[in-house]
Amino acid sequence: MLKLENLRLTQGDWTLEADLGLPAGTRCALIGPSGAGKSTLLGAIAGFVPPARGRILWQGQDLGSQAPGARPVSILFQDNNLFPHLTTAQNVGLGLRPNLRLTADEHARVAEALARTGLQDFGARKPAALSGGQQSRVALARALLRARPLLLLDEPFAALGPALRAEMLDLVARICAETGATLLMVSHDPGDACRIADQTIVVADGRAAPPEPTEALFADPPEALRRYLGEG
Amino acid sequence: MARRAQPVGRYAGGATALGLVALTLGTLGAVAWRAGSAGGLTGGLGPADWAALRFTLLQAGLSAALSVALAVPVARALARRWFFGRRALIALMGAPFILPVIVAVLGLLAVFGRGGILNAGLAALGLAPLSIYGLHGVILGNVFFNLPLAVRLILQGWLSIPAERFRLAAALGFAPAEIARQIERPMLREIVPGAALAIFLICLTSFAIALTLGGGPRATTIELAIYQAFRFDFDLGHAATLAALQFAISGAAMLLALRLTLPQASAAGLDRPVERWDAASPWLRAQDAVLTTLAALFLLTPLALIVTQGLPTLLTLPGIVWTSALNSLVVALASAGLATAAALALALAITGPRPALYEAAGMLPLATSPLVLGTGLFLILNPVVDPSRLALAVTALSNAAVALPFGLRALVPALREVEASHGRLADALGMQGLARLRLLILPRLRRPLGFSMGLAAALSMGDLGVVTLFAPPEGGTLPLQLYRLMGAYRMNDAAGAALLLLILSFALFWIFDRGGRADAEA
Repeated sequence: MLKLENLRLTQGDWTLEADLGLPAGTRCALIGPSGAGKSTLLGAIAGFVPPARGRILWQGQDLGSQAPGARPVSILFQDNNLFPHLTTAQNVGLGLRPNLRLTADEHARVAEALARTGLQDFGARKPAALSGGQQSRVALARALLRARPLLLLDEPFAALGPALRAEMLDLVARICAETGATLLMVSHDPGDACRIADQTIVVADGRAAPPEPTEALFADPPEALRRYLGEG
Repeated sequence: MARRAQPVGRYAGGATALGLVALTLGTLGAVAWRAGSAGGLTGGLGPADWAALRFTLLQAGLSAALSVALAVPVARALARRWFFGRRALIALMGAPFILPVIVAVLGLLAVFGRGGILNAGLAALGLAPLSIYGLHGVILGNVFFNLPLAVRLILQGWLSIPAERFRLAAALGFAPAEIARQIERPMLREIVPGAALAIFLICLTSFAIALTLGGGPRATTIELAIYQAFRFDFDLGHAATLAALQFAISGAAMLLALRLTLPQASAAGLDRPVERWDAASPWLRAQDAVLTTLAALFLLTPLALIVTQGLPTLLTLPGIVWTSALNSLVVALASAGLATAAALALALAITGPRPALYEAAGMLPLATSPLVLGTGLFLILNPVVDPSRLALAVTALSNAAVALPFGLRALVPALREVEASHGRLADALGMQGLARLRLLILPRLRRPLGFSMGLAAALSMGDLGVVTLFAPPEGGTLPLQLYRLMGAYRMNDAAGAALLLLILSFALFWIFDRGGRADAEA
């Protein structure tokens, strides 16, 4: 269970409050107008935004004192998910060891993760020589290897076309199923949310609402979501 | 964004900061203590020393004023004209920074000296020859080095004026005089004082130019007086008193500079001229053409003469020139490595939390002068070990200290940019300490590291400063050897050695800077 306990995030005079729980293994979308604080909320869970108040707990353990790399979290940012000077295999290998001193066994696991994400022939290439979709796969292959219980996606596929984005979301769903990870993803597109997320959190008006079943939510959207969707 | 503290950067940065404090303030302490026992700052100064102080301020002030005054029309011509070779000419304006002073002096002598082409022309016209030595020679040397700097700074000001304002002026039918009053003079009022102060500061520590083109009781800077007290009188107390005086001046100037942000030359974006509708008259065209030609000739002729006069003797130089060249290479490489490692350590600490102390430590070398540092080191080492045996090591150390602020200037912004674009990813993956340094920072900083290495190596290669205090009679670096050849009037060998020094300095810069750029991806 991921618990945001009486949490408040502030930046200047902007604030976001959240008091909610998300059962382990859930796939949850964060939806709401831009500037509402979806990314900031993910940033707080990943350890980049210190909370002004409240706690973030995973399986009962307070994450507050842990450095970003030590948290039970993998995060994919909107961009800059790969180091441009490292090869695909090295970028993936960082998921096993942050100093890249891999054993033979670990090299084999990197190769396997590359194969599972359809990148078997691209291990020696650098990111600049990959397409946008392939770059997303590299970042996902790394998340697969890290196998952290929480996977946070801050719109890493925003620059991809609809078909490619759907393909990536399917890959994400597969990874979550394999690793048993709890997924929390920012989305602008109700279609994306319905495709992958069983629960959805609406972030609007300075508040992150408790998660609700995605289908029911979109069938009868609350006021804030209706405004965002442009349905009056 | 809260970045986790990096222990590696903190420890190495702390050690570097302490080293810098020891090197600058420690040597200053030694100087002050010795000066105190020699009768105090004012008690130990004779009339000749006050003359040196006056001359130091006079030559620095005149050099700054003249450089800026000449730079304004040249920069205006470069800003509003496009011509073949414009880019190369602007690049050439950056070259004096890594040009060894002693080489430039030899080139200036070939043009303006007793046997130079200027006096040959005057003799052909039946006129009396001019002497280059004295106040005007020192100023000539300073202007040769600082006119290009001033041109680049002022050109930046010109190109930072939005093109729309010139378009608006053209639409309103402004004549050149009105454009100057409404648009150009306000820009110059902002840029020129800072540029002049920067050049004044550089000229305050003028040593090699004063050593070669000045001298005598009426053209001695304090730095040169320190050298003379050392070398001719071996009066360490007097040298220490002068060093304390030099530090007081440099420190005061430094504080002045802190209150006024000094402009910084950057090569970015200087290669596009401003479109001007008012400057199309043939008279203005001719004026700009003459100005740019004169500026190019002033910079290029001395260098061209070094090349043509040095080539014939380059391969037959005496053995001692080659061994001193080897010494210089070792010193330059050691100094470059030391300066760059120290700058990186300090940059890591400066981009972390609580940077103020590290920033201050990084500026200490700007407030001290090489000869003050050398005097202090000599006073500290002399009782323990024969300083001449450490001549090369001390030279490398002091050169590294001088180059460090330039390395910082290249590395700190680049490091900030790396942390901004990839710091969060590294944090999220738990890349800390040495792993972060090896896998993120060093690969991403290749360019500024290469630039910093190249700059430090070239500066050290051409430096004629501390080594003059320490070197044994037969040893030393290539610039010192070149100075000795000039002193012995062996001008053919001197020209060859100058060409060798020129080649080595530019080659060192080019190799490192190039190495930083090679297959640097994305």
